[in-house]
Amino acid sequence: MPQVTLLEAVRQALFEEMERDPAVVCIGEDIGVYGGAFKVTAGLLERFGWERVIDTPISETAIIGAACGMSYLGLRPVCELQFVDFIACCFNQLTNFVAKSFYLWGAPVPMVVRAPSGGGVHGGPFHSQNPEMYFAHTPGLKVVYPSTPYDAKGLMKSAIRDNNPVLFFEHKALYRRIKDDIPEGDYSVPLGKAAVRREGRHLTIATYAAMTHASMEAAAELAKEGIEAEVLDLRTIQPLDTDAILNSVKKTNRLLIVHEDTRFGGVAGEISAVVFEKAFDDLDAPVRRVTALDTPVPYSPPLEERFLPQMHDIVNAARDLARY
Amino acid sequence: MTQANTTVTPEQQLDLYRFMLLDRIVEDTMTKLFRQNKIVGGLYSSLGQEAISVGTTYALEKRDWIAPMIRNIGGLLVKGVRPRDIFTQHMARFTSPTQGKDGTSHFGDLKNLHIVSPISMLGDLIPVMTGVAMAGRYLGQNIVALTWIGDGGTSTGAFHEGLNLAAQQRASLVLVIENNQWAYSTPVGRQVPIKHLADRAKAYGVRAFITDGNDVEAVFSTAREAVRLCRAGEGPIVIEAKTMRMRGHAQHDAAEYVPKGMFDHWKRRDPIETYERKLADAGVLTEKKKRQIFEGINAVIEEDRAFAENSPFPQPELAEGPIYHEGPLPIEPLWNRPVAEVTPPRSSVKPEWRVSGNGDFQMDAIEGVHNEQDQGSSRLGAAVPQPSPAGNSGRSGSKGNGAGRSPSKRVTKPARGRK
Repeated sequence: MPQVTLLEAVRQALFEEMERDPAVVCIGEDIGVYGGAFKVTAGLLERFGWERVIDTPISETAIIGAACGMSYLGLRPVCELQFVDFIACCFNQLTNFVAKSFYLWGAPVPMVVRAPSGGGVHGGPFHSQNPEMYFAHTPGLKVVYPSTPYDAKGLMKSAIRDNNPVLFFEHKALYRRIKDDIPEGDYSVPLGKAAVRREGRHLTIATYAAMTHASMEAAAELAKEGIEAEVLDLRTIQPLDTDAILNSVKKTNRLLIVHEDTRFGGVAGEISAVVFEKAFDDLDAPVRRVTALDTPVPYSPPLEERFLPQMHDIVNAARDLARY
Repeated sequence: MTQANTTVTPEQQLDLYRFMLLDRIVEDTMTKLFRQNKIVGGLYSSLGQEAISVGTTYALEKRDWIAPMIRNIGGLLVKGVRPRDIFTQHMARFTSPTQGKDGTSHFGDLKNLHIVSPISMLGDLIPVMTGVAMAGRYLGQNIVALTWIGDGGTSTGAFHEGLNLAAQQRASLVLVIENNQWAYSTPVGRQVPIKHLADRAKAYGVRAFITDGNDVEAVFSTAREAVRLCRAGEGPIVIEAKTMRMRGHAQHDAAEYVPKGMFDHWKRRDPIETYERKLADAGVLTEKKKRQIFEGINAVIEEDRAFAENSPFPQPELAEGPIYHEGPLPIEPLWNRPVAEVTPPRSSVKPEWRVSGNGDFQMDAIEGVHNEQDQGSSRLGAAVPQPSPAGNSGRSGSKGNGAGRSPSKRVTKPARGRK
């Protein structure tokens, strides 16, 4: 099986879905000749032509709006936002038009919005954010945030084939950092299903995206001290796989939630509430959170490092939790 | 441009009259229902603007798409929506197209009537309908997408992003600006420093027409020409229809900020009364015919009003969803061109970095500034290469649409006044 990066995995998914289904088109800024800011769409234009790889003006609202209109005629547009930070520019089109379309008047919107996201690459306050919770909070949207190349390809295929609007976050620090064995040929990973990355019995670490890797490193450290952490990769934020979370908590009786998003209103708060509502009796300790600070993402490396959750933060929190 | 076809047959004249009258009676009926507290939310009136919704939609074919705004009940009726759907929507009944999940003109029909539902945020329909037009071209359907925007809505970002994308894509979009001179309480002169909102189109290299929004035949002829141009790959087209909002923003608004003389002036230009006189003078609308039309409309209104009033409210559980769509899409792509044109044979996925037609070297990109200054700044925009997907792929179904055409011809065309 060939080893591919997360970036290449997304590119393969786009290629294969465009080959499989002529209803799939790509639309975004600089995705054609340039192949996208991160080269995810490299080669698509040459392969599929201008009609299916649509370069647009710098108009996020127009990109999302046009994709929505295209989907009404049965097409399956995949939008690229150059950085997910710019999703703020099309917030209205996404949350009011796209998200409400099916509930209000029965018009499904089978489109994907994919965007590079996340920090740790010193991109500064406007190229490093994790705005997934604005959209996880909006009924009607699905939110996917993969951590591995295998998942990225399989989830992207599911997102394109889904008959609902899916926001697909691609962590830019993972784009080229990790490689996976990916099987040749078609496969998909279902939306809304978490994955256990490491089995453990002393506590559960629920996390997603880049923090999955930090959590795995932390779990390896903890194992040296005899603490066996179970690492649960959520993969999809909306719909959230609450069954997987509850099952793991019932096994380990302790829950640590780790995310790169800011703290207030992050998904950790929602998961905590679900666990308190549905598995309070299974808990041996209060739920703990490791998150980013409630500030903008600062630019200078020492500041960004302080802002982002670090592997040792996870180890410390997990150790406290295990000893509670 | 060839002279637009302004012929309107007696049959078309009677249709236009009947639809305007139907629109007005539907809205009059809803005013009564509102006063009886049977309308759940707000009620917005298109009184005095009926000619625009009716005249523009009447220029479309069944396969074409519309997206209404709040004052486009007339367009919905022409497209084939029954008055009962409009009543039940406003009365929030289970029998309404949205089953009570949304009100007013906020409903659509993808499958049969090709109507996209609006949202309350102005301008958002413009990029969406641009996408409808783009998909229509991609599928080879040769459809036209038409939507409306008020004078106030032309100041939103979505208006400008949408119109620019439509222009860049040469989308078959007809954008009708209903200049009713008031954005809620703000007169158009306090919204924008320009006289004609059609001039906004110049900035995007889009052809625009100005028409008398109270003259249904003028509106219809202009829209018919716009649709013809779009169908020929000459879109998008902007139409500014000048009119007057004869009520407040909604029922609660007495519009005391409007000078009374303004209402008096425009009352004399009422689109239905003036058209009725014109058709009567021409012998097209006899007293007998008029009575027939009235009776036909009133029968439908009575039946549909009773239907709406007897309709139940939705069960509370309906609020719970579903929020996601499971199962097949309501419409699968309808291909009216060979799918092979957009599905290359399987081959290597090796990236290629050079594509013909992208950013060809253009000397006049800079020189044009000096040469064309006397003729206005619009040449600047025209010098920018506009790679059109259809034009560059060489596979477009619509000829004359794309890189082969000189963009400068578009922008130097003045907006055509009809007054």
